[in-house]
Amino acid sequence: MSQTVTRADLAEVLYEEVGLSRAESAEFVDDILNEISDALVEGENVKISSFGSFTLRDKKERVGRNPKTGEEVPITPRRVLIFRASHILKEKMNK
Amino acid sequence: MTKSELIQKLADKNPQLYLRDIEKIVETFFDEVTEALCRGDRVELRGFGAFSVKEREARTGRNPRTGETVDVEPKKMPFFKTGKALKDRLNGED
Repeated sequence: MSQTVTRADLAEVLYEEVGLSRAESAEFVDDILNEISDALVEGENVKISSFGSFTLRDKKERVGRNPKTGEEVPITPRRVLIFRASHILKEKMNK
Repeated sequence: MTKSELIQKLADKNPQLYLRDIEKIVETFFDEVTEALCRGDRVELRGFGAFSVKEREARTGRNPRTGETVDVEPKKMPFFKTGKALKDRLNGED
């Protein structure tokens, strides 16, 4: 059965494997994700070797449709985030 | 930003720790996410996003150069969905 791993679970692993306190471990999990988020918000792509890369893409405005009413609505231009797994991660997942 | 730049940023914020400690923390973090995905688990990081595993069925492919048919094994692919808070921040909405 597939389970869900959360920030708290990752903090627990840092606590067990690195020897930080529980509070520091939780803070590092948040700090890692905040640093990655901040770089992306600044428009920088993020590349984590042997894991994958987070790449930004700018989407132009396009016409969408409300599936319920069939009404045409403009979809505003937006920036989206794409994750591309490294070949190492893909290989590990298929071993 | 690369992994070593991420490590450097965290090191600057934590002068009480050695660089090798920060390296271990960052490696352990991504190793654990990797292991979770290998187990087929979902990794849900509130505010940031969620990694999940999608299964691709086996199929018969074709070598585009020779036209020869080849069996493609079933495979698992990681999939990332950006969290709402990050999605909003990327678009200048806080």
